[in-house]
Amino acid sequence: MNNESIVKQFPVIEKEGLHYLDSAATCQKPNCVIDAMTNFYKEEYATVHRGIYDLSQKSTIKYNNVRRQIKDFIGAKSEKEVIFTRGATEAINLVANGFAAFISEGDEIVVTETEHHANLLPWQKIAKQKKAKLIVIPILDSGDLILDNIDKIINQNTKIIAIQHVSNVLGTIHPIETIIKKAHSIGAKVLIDACQSVSHIPINVMSLDCDFLCFSGHKCYGPTGIGVLYGKEELLNKMEPYQLGGDMIRTVTFEESTFAELPMKFEAGTPPIVEVIGLGEAINFIKKIGLEKISSIEKELLEYALKEFKKIKTLKVIGDTKNKTGVISFTLENAHPHDIGTLCDSFGVAIRAGHHCSQTTMQHYNVAATARASFACYNTKKDIDKLVEALLYIEEMFE
Amino acid sequence: MTGRDLYQDMIMSHNKKPRNFKKLEDATHIAHGVNPLCGDDFYIYLKVNEDNIIEDIGFDGSGCAISKSSGSLLTSSIIGKHISDASELKDCFIELITSDNSTEESKQKLGKLTIFEGVKDYPIRVKCATLVWRALESALESKVGETTEISTE
Repeated sequence: MNNESIVKQFPVIEKEGLHYLDSAATCQKPNCVIDAMTNFYKEEYATVHRGIYDLSQKSTIKYNNVRRQIKDFIGAKSEKEVIFTRGATEAINLVANGFAAFISEGDEIVVTETEHHANLLPWQKIAKQKKAKLIVIPILDSGDLILDNIDKIINQNTKIIAIQHVSNVLGTIHPIETIIKKAHSIGAKVLIDACQSVSHIPINVMSLDCDFLCFSGHKCYGPTGIGVLYGKEELLNKMEPYQLGGDMIRTVTFEESTFAELPMKFEAGTPPIVEVIGLGEAINFIKKIGLEKISSIEKELLEYALKEFKKIKTLKVIGDTKNKTGVISFTLENAHPHDIGTLCDSFGVAIRAGHHCSQTTMQHYNVAATARASFACYNTKKDIDKLVEALLYIEEMFE
Repeated sequence: MTGRDLYQDMIMSHNKKPRNFKKLEDATHIAHGVNPLCGDDFYIYLKVNEDNIIEDIGFDGSGCAISKSSGSLLTSSIIGKHISDASELKDCFIELITSDNSTEESKQKLGKLTIFEGVKDYPIRVKCATLVWRALESALESKVGETTEISTE
């Protein structure tokens, strides 16, 4: 598979005896990200946008460079369209709150059945507030969306479609291009939750023509506490700011305040400066390896894991679509996912067990929880061999 | 200690064949316990007589090996006991799993229930081991004929 040189860049992954298979929850960090953040704190740290002194000006330049880097990485038209947030959750809440002004009674908001709670709850709230309807695109047991009725689901009443690019539970890659085209044909807008795709699949917001797209830093080898919202400039201009405070104003009096231009309008308060620097380095890391290489490593791991899983007779893969990233949800006939999680840990294998912040997905499959293994570019077949060894042990124990 | 040591034979046996795993049609006290994080979901049924003796007990629902075996051992430990003794045993059990203050005397009272002591080292699993006990606590405090709801978060 030839990813030894990648593995070497991750101090946690290099540790003897750890098999980290929970990258869909959060990725481990390469040395370059850790060093960039540490060095920035040691040598270059100061506030951004307001310092008159040299250190602050340099800090501001570095900070703004990352915005440009992200603009290029996702193919946005302008840096004004790249908003830094605390994470994808904040990005979605920002859009839901700002877009609510364009939603009226009887309008429809569309999500999928496998949405992460972060892309469901904000829309559920807006739908209730505005007496709008929340419409759900259902899935097949394979995890693929049922799009036969798409003309009915996306109709004249639809105002926005908030949809994950890839399911965090099942790894299913959704045909967002089709949905975006359909949405635009009737004038609806589309938000893509790209948390589970941005570090696995190349994305270009201009060719996708999505209206909003968001992702979190920590799921793409960067730090926590930083996320990105892309939005089309004309839409962001029409939306009211989500949070008010310092850094996002033009003038303030007791009677009235006016707001800064994009992107500052949506970035109230001192931003997570060092996290932005870390995210920039994480994007560099991804670009250096290349998303094609990353995706081919993960595909090979996925295929190997699915083949090896056949050795475990009572294992059932949840959502067996062919069209997926390196995420496998599964159950064992006699062992509860939490027991699987604790016992895998005793083999040094870190997997996730639970509802993965998507209880509606659990409800579809009529399970309380699943176990989930997810891959990143630093995993090897040895990690999967250890997982299979653990699962065979657990299967026998719970026979 | 590794996670494997948690799953001792007795726990595995009670998981596979839980004792008193039934609904009591003539229960006087019922409580429903849910752990929203992992989906463990159990009902406990008590039949308490005029002398405050737990005459019969049952539990049903679904959950992991730790929650189910803990529920099973709970039922076999308190059946036939006075409700105040059951309540005391519940306090001893919760203390054993959630603190370092469990005394030798308390451990003696718990007897074989001490096999759950190791769960203490797995904070995320503590709620599994205590779920049915928390439901018991709620059932004992409830009025006759009422079903109470508890959630361990």
